[in-house]
Amino acid sequence: MKALLPFLAVVFLVLLVIAGVKAAGLYFVFGVLVPYAAAAVFLLGFVYRVVKWGKTPVPFHIPTTCGQQKSLPWIKPNGIENPSGTGGVVIRMLLEVFLFRSLFKNRKTKMKGEYLTYAWAPWLWLSGMAFHWSFLFIVIRHLRFFFQSVPVPVQAIEHLDSILNWGVPALYITDVIFLAAVTYLFLRRVTLSQVKAITLPADFFPLFLLFGIGASGVLMRYYTRVDVVGVKELVMGLVSLHPAVVSGIGTIFYIHLFLISTLFAYFPWSKLVHAGGVFLSPTRNLSNNSRVVRHVNPWSYPVKVHTYEEYEDDFREKMKMAGVPVERE
Amino acid sequence: MAKEPKKEELLQSISYKAPKTFWMDTPTEIKPGMFCWGAKAKSLNVVGLPNARDWNPTEEDWKLPENWQEILIEGLRERLDKYRSLRLFLDICVRCGACADKCHFYIGTGDPKNMPVVRGELMRSVYRKYFTTPGKVFGKLAGAREMDLQVLKEWWTYFFQCTECRRCSVFCPYGIDHAEITIAGRELLNLLGLNIEWIQGPVSNCYMKGNHLGLEPQTIVSNVEFMVDDIETLTGIRINPTFNRKGAEILFVTPSGDLFADPGTYTCMGYLMLFHELGLDYTWSTYASEGGNFGFFTSNEMAKRLNAKIYAEAKRLGVKWILGGECGHMWRLVHQYMDTWNGPADFLEVPKSPITGTVFENARTTKMTHIIEFTADLMKHGKLKLDPSRNDHLKVTFHDSCNTSRGMGVFEEPRFVLKNICRNFYEMPRETIKEQTFCCGSGSGLNAGEDMELRLRGGLARANAVKYVHDKHDVNMLANICAIDRASLTTSMNYWVPGVTVAGVHELVANALVMKGEKKRETDLRGEPLPSAEEEISVEARAVAQAEGEKLGGEANV
Ligand code: HEM
Ligand code: SF4
Ligand code: SF4
Repeated sequence: MKALLPFLAVVFLVLLVIAGVKAAGLYFVFGVLVPYAAAAVFLLGFVYRVVKWGKTPVPFHIPTTCGQQKSLPWIKPNGIENPSGTGGVVIRMLLEVFLFRSLFKNRKTKMKGEYLTYAWAPWLWLSGMAFHWSFLFIVIRHLRFFFQSVPVPVQAIEHLDSILNWGVPALYITDVIFLAAVTYLFLRRVTLSQVKAITLPADFFPLFLLFGIGASGVLMRYYTRVDVVGVKELVMGLVSLHPAVVSGIGTIFYIHLFLISTLFAYFPWSKLVHAGGVFLSPTRNLSNNSRVVRHVNPWSYPVKVHTYEEYEDDFREKMKMAGVPVERE
Repeated sequence: MAKEPKKEELLQSISYKAPKTFWMDTPTEIKPGMFCWGAKAKSLNVVGLPNARDWNPTEEDWKLPENWQEILIEGLRERLDKYRSLRLFLDICVRCGACADKCHFYIGTGDPKNMPVVRGELMRSVYRKYFTTPGKVFGKLAGAREMDLQVLKEWWTYFFQCTECRRCSVFCPYGIDHAEITIAGRELLNLLGLNIEWIQGPVSNCYMKGNHLGLEPQTIVSNVEFMVDDIETLTGIRINPTFNRKGAEILFVTPSGDLFADPGTYTCMGYLMLFHELGLDYTWSTYASEGGNFGFFTSNEMAKRLNAKIYAEAKRLGVKWILGGECGHMWRLVHQYMDTWNGPADFLEVPKSPITGTVFENARTTKMTHIIEFTADLMKHGKLKLDPSRNDHLKVTFHDSCNTSRGMGVFEEPRFVLKNICRNFYEMPRETIKEQTFCCGSGSGLNAGEDMELRLRGGLARANAVKYVHDKHDVNMLANICAIDRASLTTSMNYWVPGVTVAGVHELVANALVMKGEKKRETDLRGEPLPSAEEEISVEARAVAQAEGEKLGGEANV
């Protein structure tokens, strides 16, 4: 049920494009205005979110330590899981961002007979990695539309991605991985009891959107064969700020473009901002050196305490009887 | 105290299959055995916290101020602007579910609201409603909801079913730490006078009398005297500890639980014996007589108010540095908060062991060293005469406390010490130790009597791993470096794994410590007869046992 509304929302978006482009001929709106608006919302929104987090203080030094601390010289510290300096933090962050290291540790808790067991459960990690990396590859491949002559690294990635050399045009491996990963991420939300229990409609919406983007892309490339030259002309017009309507590209392209625009515009206002947030997480990006270097809380203020003098006033006679030294007899 | 559930019934009641109803549509029940009594007016008044009145969580009317919603929402707004952790963690969770089954309360209850992610959603749903555009526009569809009385009761119930152990944060791809959510949640509840008495009582005690238990100076002295007498009976040596002594080199601070009841008192005897043997120039303080800090389970401000005594007393007494006893949350606060709250402690010197000359560079600014670091250093330098055979009647495993693990990373020091003082040491499965350790089930001020069922459920995951080494290797001693563990794991073991006792590492150190001029020891610190020398385990047998211990992690990893 929770999946239905987000599904209908994506269907509605698709119908909107068909109506707008095919029926009403609003090429300028869908080909120029919407992408520009989406890019603006994305950029401004993302900057706004990151700046907002960045401006919020980190009053305390709270890294989550996942390895041996640096203490005595003869005890080997774990400089990555429990970094004591910037170098370790950088490695820790890189491992998180590129390899999802924490997610890799995932284990499934089960009761087997008398014992709780913790079986290694890499599926979420695997599908997460598959999804994000294929997404990244696909984004990079798309850069071919943004440059007059395709940059060499982009060509290299295209080459690598189509190395299987299946079919004409050659199948991109990341297309398959992307759709499969998104499908798996969807399936786990409707089948795994614990994941089902925490899923909100807002978790389905980006998945359907991504699937829609991937599916329309695949359709364009392998089946309907849109006019790639026309697409490049349109995109180049957009990036060079001389937008022009290009005719004869085909509605499927406008569906693709509109869903992408929606994703971008939606990004800063949804959980997708984790892409920026992960870098600012104080449990991960601080080194464990709070006993070596003083961490300052910018909003620290004086508090009311119960002073020693007040304490001694309360207990002076009892202290003297017990032989505890006092300040004032 | 609520009735203890039967072990089998309790186990059978746990299912990890989520119920049909979505958690947001499931009303919260405040069940006997699963909650703690509300803070009393007099305890709240001592420290001047708002809405002081006597109230009963099971009654409909919580006697809240007229504008409680406004207070709460404004309180949340203030904290969102003060804590990046809170704002960020509320914003970026993708509900991937990696943390869901990592919480000992979820493992022990199967209640979806004890999944860390849902604990976050309890607050996140309200955050969406009042602070985000999608939440304001789309409401429930965007996972947003009003702050009403039902939600408030849900917050209260589940923010007091989290021990701020940070295990969830280890597994989250963004390091989302639900302890941060719970800390903020409890701060907000405290704006409405909704603390629990088991926390508020110790807080007001600590504020006025210097320690959670409310021990007055003469009681502290006499409790230590009792221990000194016991030590004399055991060793023939008379120890003369000092209190509030100006000019001592070191101030020693430990949780007051160590002064009060066994098995903590045995650990405390261990400190006394060790310090005496070293001839350490140190003093106790009756004013800074608490290392722990239940203020932290109330609000950041309260924690700072209670913590202030430690540096203030070090300054007054003119000591050079501070040595801290075995405690979990005390050490997270000393390590990650104390200097920020009440520093800089520029009137102190960088801790230096007077015995080995080691300078504790890792405490350069805080000027406070953990006793396990101190003792490990002594042993490494061979400064202690030890007879590990005096612990041969014990088969020992080690429980890593949440706070020293995930808020510090103290793993090898206690293991090094243990391997020097006992010859039968077995690790619990890898997924339940070190950074993945499980909470005792009673941390963060939840170690009351009335919430016993909650504590036993929360303690299941830890206890189950102990059971594993108990069944496999006859482990009968659960060592740890935390005062709350010593009390709460004793309860948990009695229920889940009878036959396993609980001790602070320094109790076992003192068992093995050969003191100058001591008489032949007949018993250990608890009065248990010592094993005779003939029964000594051969070196080979020990090696085999250790090798098996190392394999364990793999075996349990089904
Ligand atoms: C910049 C583009 C990014 C996009 C569009 C994106 C998108 C997404 C989406 C849609 C999900 C949810 C999957 C689900 O619903 O189950 C997700 C999850 C996740 N993202 Fe990202 N993400 C991005 C960047 C990053 C980065 C930089 C990281 C680095 C740590 C990251 C780490 C994760 C992880 C660990 C998950 C959870 C696993 C999963 O559910 O797949 N993402 N991301
Ligand atoms: S692991 Fe982190 S991102 Fe995933 S559900 Fe838990 S808190 Fe959210
Ligand atoms: S901090 Fe510990 S108790 Fe709290 S939600 Fe996380 S795992 Fe559970």
